[in-house]
Amino acid sequence: MKSDKLKFLVFCLVVFALPLPLSTGYLTNVLIFVGINSMLALGLNLLLGYAGQISLGQAAFFGLGAYGSGVLTTQYAFDPWLSMVLVALVVAGFAFAIGFPVLRLKGHYLAMATLGVGVIAHIAFNETVDLTGGPSGLSGIPNLSIGSFSFDSDLKNYYLVWSFALAVILLSLNLVNSRYGRALRAIHDSEVAARVMGVNARLMKVQVFTLSALISAIAGSLYCHVMTFISPTSFGFNISVELLTMVVIGGLGSVYGSILGALLLTLLPELLRTFQDYDIVVYGLLLVCMTIYLPGGMVRGIPALLRRLVPARSGNA
Amino acid sequence: MLKIKNINAYYGKVHALKNVSLHLNRGEIVTLIGANGAGKTTLLNTLSGIIPAAGGEILLEGKGISGLAADRVVSLGLSQVPEGRQVFNPLTVEENLELGAYLRYRSGGQKDEIAGDLERMFQVFPRLKERRRQAAGTLSGGEQQMLAIGRALMARPKLLLLDEPSMGLAPLVVQDIFKVIQRLRSEEGTTILLVEQNARAALKIADRGYVLETGKLILEGKAAELLENKDVQRAYLGRDKKEIWER
Repeated sequence: MKSDKLKFLVFCLVVFALPLPLSTGYLTNVLIFVGINSMLALGLNLLLGYAGQISLGQAAFFGLGAYGSGVLTTQYAFDPWLSMVLVALVVAGFAFAIGFPVLRLKGHYLAMATLGVGVIAHIAFNETVDLTGGPSGLSGIPNLSIGSFSFDSDLKNYYLVWSFALAVILLSLNLVNSRYGRALRAIHDSEVAARVMGVNARLMKVQVFTLSALISAIAGSLYCHVMTFISPTSFGFNISVELLTMVVIGGLGSVYGSILGALLLTLLPELLRTFQDYDIVVYGLLLVCMTIYLPGGMVRGIPALLRRLVPARSGNA
Repeated sequence: MLKIKNINAYYGKVHALKNVSLHLNRGEIVTLIGANGAGKTTLLNTLSGIIPAAGGEILLEGKGISGLAADRVVSLGLSQVPEGRQVFNPLTVEENLELGAYLRYRSGGQKDEIAGDLERMFQVFPRLKERRRQAAGTLSGGEQQMLAIGRALMARPKLLLLDEPSMGLAPLVVQDIFKVIQRLRSEEGTTILLVEQNARAALKIADRGYVLETGKLILEGKAAELLENKDVQRAYLGRDKKEIWER
């Protein structure tokens, strides 16, 4: 417990200090996206890694958050903070409502249903041209501000996004180490056994689904205010898959694993720029190798790999 | 204690339980025996609220529990040790036990009592104490069965349903488990409904027994009488076969 707190504190310090030596705005900008993706990946990890329920529609909640805030602030001149809260609540309510029928499904069927939610949302963003601007996007979204202090630079936005991300990390850490978190893992392992222990599995699955939608919606609101421009391509099916990949690569059921996954998958496309059109090949190859050699994700896989390599050497000697 | 009147259960079109009626008195060990697919597990899951009962009545201490959600049933004092143990593999032994007391934590207070119960479980099952910080999935089959029983007891049930506790265990381990079941009744006064395929072992420790065949109760009586019953012997105890084999 004590070491957990220490770990979190060290992590906070790293996050705080990271942009200081960076002179270029470009890297800070990338790190902002790492923060947003971390929130999204964590939301999905709570659902998938802990409760064992897959969702291929996370981009829908992310998009609803972004478009909700974007539309309310540009078309209806709402206060950005107020719209963020409103949108988060509405999206959570929506997730709660669809959660009951959707989460009755299991495995592939659940994946299909959540995929459907994602596709419907994506089509809606594209087709409601009057409201969202359709495929050409929505621009002129204001930056967030507190009083006269406006979050208008990359560095300011970095601290803004990461304070939210750290709050989500802290929340997740507390949640998964609580009785509630244990019950979630129990549902993951055996739903029948969890139910005969008195765990209300159905309600709990919907609650986690709602929480992950809420986190995604807040990440979406932040995203739209940081970018000041959004278009439907940022909320398509491929984003949902990317999030899934982050969670799996980082490590299912590991909070810091999600952050690592978000970091890697946000940086990777940037690093692969030199390969130009072939980046997707390298990307795929890395994915295949990861799932074959480190199926438990980086967070568990790398220490295990080291353990396997080190005694092998000393054993020969 | 428990009274079941004419319950039915279906899986889609399959009629899995046909007008089943049975009762348990306080402090009794009653066993339900029958072949694979007879509906034993279905009956337990219907009692626990996992499968809805179609028609009929289930009374726990006079209160109707048919149609209640599984967590309500547990809070009213009925716990199940599910078939095949189903311990939560990645969780530690201690976490598994704590999950058994999930509803008690939720209803607030009782922290000291629960901690006391945890220690008591470690007295009843010393092996579990040795392994309290170990993941449940790494335990042996017998230890997992003890953990599953301990986990169910953490809810302080009045009525305990045991679904094939001997499944896949070595004969010596089965003996240990059955001793624990007898101790539960004599020391804690827990009423027990024991579902078994190992009919001989179950009838030996039970007071009464029911025989379930393709969803219907075909026989009931004192355990000692069922042990002597020719039909039961032929169908479930395999005595004839053994004699032929021995010759």
